[in-house]
Amino acid sequence: MAQHHHEEHTHAQPISFYAKTLWVLMALLVVTVWAGFQKMPDWLGIAVALTIAVSKATIVILNFMHVKFSSKLAWLFAGAGFFWLLIMFAFAFADYASRHWEPETGW
Amino acid sequence: MSVKEAELHLGEARHEVPHLGEQYETIEQQNDAYTIGMWAFIVQEVLFFGGLFASYAIYRFKYLYEFVAAHHTLSVPFGTLNTFVLLVSSYTMARAVRAAMQQKHHKQLKYLLWTIFFASIFMVNKYFEYSSKYHHNLIPNQSYSAEEVIHHNHLKVENGMVDLGARKVPLEEFEGRTKLFFSFYFIMTGLHGLHVLVGIIILAILAVRAGMDWKRKVPHADYMPVEMTGLYWHFVDIVWIFLFPLLYLMGGQ
Repeated sequence: MAQHHHEEHTHAQPISFYAKTLWVLMALLVVTVWAGFQKMPDWLGIAVALTIAVSKATIVILNFMHVKFSSKLAWLFAGAGFFWLLIMFAFAFADYASRHWEPETGW
Repeated sequence: MSVKEAELHLGEARHEVPHLGEQYETIEQQNDAYTIGMWAFIVQEVLFFGGLFASYAIYRFKYLYEFVAAHHTLSVPFGTLNTFVLLVSSYTMARAVRAAMQQKHHKQLKYLLWTIFFASIFMVNKYFEYSSKYHHNLIPNQSYSAEEVIHHNHLKVENGMVDLGARKVPLEEFEGRTKLFFSFYFIMTGLHGLHVLVGIIILAILAVRAGMDWKRKVPHADYMPVEMTGLYWHFVDIVWIFLFPLLYLMGGQ
């Protein structure tokens, strides 16, 4: 029997890769808490908090969840999920934002 | 390659990787199928939590002043600590997956236990937060009272009207709207906490398995269950990454 050892192909990365990812996430956590205590208009506070949250989530998805190293099909599935989420947000918000545009009488 | 040769080749692959399912040709194909299936599950979880986030956003927009006042009763230090704890647990989970891929069962067990440890700290903190809300009558049930919200924000109540600075709201409506905030708070963090709890159970099962693999010195254990649990665990972390600023931080100053 041929004794070629079958090495499985894995997504394992060097330890430093995971450590650096954690440091970046911690830095973003500090920034988001600091920003939360700054005086700013509500819309700006939301924009800053959400930008940082989306950045953190993207880093977790790419590095910790290994999507960076996964197949194109995995990319498609992960991407489709967030695309559908955007559709749900867009339609729900568009509905609520436009409700008072309709004449109230007769409804 | 003839059919016979292909079968021989497959037989060899199966001999080397005993956990290869018979419907797959290679272990890479099987692992890809695992990953896609797990992502399909996570996508529906994203939409599940997404619906809650969407309705929370709509009501926060509608009752901004009441929601902001209710925001302030949440403890930012507790929220920050819990975010810190979950981020570290995501790191230890990633290390557990790495160890599993390298077939280092002892290390895998160690990092799984660390992940369970940090997840438990999260749950303990949550317990303290919930019980403080309970003592302040902020659980959205019949005994709910907005008194703590009014007291915490130093709001003035005159003739049954709550003075919110920009406008005055009848006390009854103020109670209802802040109660709505706490309904969102408890449903969203509660469902998230439930996910953490389920995660702890799965991690415990994986830890037992890792311990057995370590004892038996299994050379080629299937690392995919650990990696899939990792995907789930990181997803739970991501939900909290959004819950934390949206519930705790966006109160404005």
